Amino acid sequence: MAQITLSNLKHSYYPNPKGPDDYALKEIDVTWRDGGAYALLGPSGCGKSTLLNIISGLLTPSEGRILFDDRDVTQLPPDQRNIAQVFQFPVIYDTMTVRENLAFPLRNRGAEPGKITQRVQEIAQMLDVVEMLDIRAAGLSPDNKQKISMGRGLVRDDVNVVMFDEPLTVIDPHLKWKLRSKLKELHQRVQATMIYVTHDQTEALTFADEVVVMQEGEVVQIGTPVELFERPQHTFVGHFIGSPGMNVLPCQAVGDRAMFEGHEVALEGPVTGDGGTLTLGVRPEHVAISDRGVPAHVTKVSDVGRHFVVDAMVGQTPLKAVLDHDAPEQGSEVRLSFKPAQTRVYRDGWIATQERAS
Amino acid sequence: MKTENQKAWLFVIPVLALVAFNALIPMMTVVNYSVQETFGNNQFFWEGLGWFEQILRSDRFQAALGRQFMFTIIILSIEVPLGIIVALSMPRKGFWVPVCLVLMALPMLIPWNVVGSMWNIFTLPKIGLLGYFLNDVLGINYDMTQQPISAWITVVVMDVWHWTSLVVLLCYAGLVSIPDAYYQAAKIDGASAWSVFRYIQLPKMKAVLTIAVLLRFMDSFNIYTEPFVLTGGGPGNSTTLLSIDLVKIALGQFDLGPAAAMSLIYFAITLLVSWVFYVLMTKDDQQ
Repeated sequence: MAQITLSNLKHSYYPNPKGPDDYALKEIDVTWRDGGAYALLGPSGCGKSTLLNIISGLLTPSEGRILFDDRDVTQLPPDQRNIAQVFQFPVIYDTMTVRENLAFPLRNRGAEPGKITQRVQEIAQMLDVVEMLDIRAAGLSPDNKQKISMGRGLVRDDVNVVMFDEPLTVIDPHLKWKLRSKLKELHQRVQATMIYVTHDQTEALTFADEVVVMQEGEVVQIGTPVELFERPQHTFVGHFIGSPGMNVLPCQAVGDRAMFEGHEVALEGPVTGDGGTLTLGVRPEHVAISDRGVPAHVTKVSDVGRHFVVDAMVGQTPLKAVLDHDAPEQGSEVRLSFKPAQTRVYRDGWIATQERAS
Repeated sequence: MKTENQKAWLFVIPVLALVAFNALIPMMTVVNYSVQETFGNNQFFWEGLGWFEQILRSDRFQAALGRQFMFTIIILSIEVPLGIIVALSMPRKGFWVPVCLVLMALPMLIPWNVVGSMWNIFTLPKIGLLGYFLNDVLGINYDMTQQPISAWITVVVMDVWHWTSLVVLLCYAGLVSIPDAYYQAAKIDGASAWSVFRYIQLPKMKAVLTIAVLLRFMDSFNIYTEPFVLTGGGPGNSTTLLSIDLVKIALGQFDLGPAAAMSLIYFAITLLVSWVFYVLMTKDDQQ
């Protein structure tokens, strides 16, 4: 168990990176507390797997350091870091039984037989695979294979961190939530630091205490699921998290109000800084139909079960609203109001309104 | 709804005809010869299983069969491990991959009788590059035209040169299909290089290795052209393998009956051993 510190971490796959575009990871500074559950969330190609491979030691970063507690492990190979990693596709040793698979990491490190038997039994119980211990691992279903590869990581009681690289990709949807809650349960039992890489917001938000959102090699926001949803620091976070994502609309600032398509919109607080391109960010959940507000033309209404998703046009700008009931007719003219406390201005993508002290 | 008609047979007929003309009919001709005696003039006399009995009891057949098994066992026990080692040491990505693959494929592209001639000229004691080098530079007494041992070594080395590539290419195909995650997981699990080979690479190569062993068994057991061109079965009968002996009986002595019986026995042995190999190598997968 360890606290993990990434300090000034940069990585490029080119030997002589020139501009910032050559970097797969641009300047990462993060500290992860011992025993926490973290998620790295971002679209494909955002650098999250690169970051994971750097932490596990499969890659050496171009610049910067990785510390486990106070020990610098930047140059250590994976087997000396005491880490465990679960990959996208389950990795199991086909010719071995489940028991041998679980014992493999201990055996390689020369643990004594009594201890191996005991640990394997413990882990098998934790994962509910006791009755499978003596069958060949090759014949298991994908979700059980993935459990075994998880087990191989957890079997060592000295692991610093367990990392998951999109581990539920190949699992059937109805087993996904089962395995996900198993993971959560395991985390509570073993108290190891866990890092979970995914592009699926549901997985990240349900698993992690804290989510690191990445885009193009940069960390755009670190926060609890609630923080990411309630107050996105960047339009990317707002758009990426939430279904549908946050509305990002062109606007101008006038004092502590914004002008959107010629209509005045109230904000959470005064706009800071100047220059750059301004956009207005408001989640569809905070858009409502009211007597006053911006006039809009309803282009589509979708009933998604729990609520309605309304697509509307304000002037030339498309906009989405989520309504619990009383959805308007398609083609009708309505007025939409934005909840001021949840309406913000972003400058070049980054948040540019101050929260009003309440 | 399921309709039943006999149209499917129409699609099978071309294949049936093809197989009939290139396998069944020639095969039945051989069966026909194997139970009869002929003195020419298209006159045939019923022999029953006499030829089979005669062939199986003859010292000449048993000696050739023994040489054939020895040859196959020797080349399999060299080519399979060597092929695996070469495949493991080949690069998995980068500039050298196509270079290695082409170099490996080259020996297999050479016509078989050319391989025999090449090695014949290469190893002749006075004029061949290797023969001259061994005798006159290193002082090793080597003459594949006179000494059975030298002839055997030459035939084996030639086959290894010609066919190890097949094992290499098949194993290599198995190796490159292993996802990187397996090697990464093994690294994290602290596995040694031997463990990686034993628990990851070998199991993943098993399917292609089964094919490689089967192909090499069948080809080496039926080998004819290269040793025939290289040594002609000599010196004496020392490198007369089964197929060479068969051709001697069938075309040299024109004993059609015994040759036909021998062909069938030869075919049955090849089939039987291939089947045993296949069953042994795949029995673990049946679980």
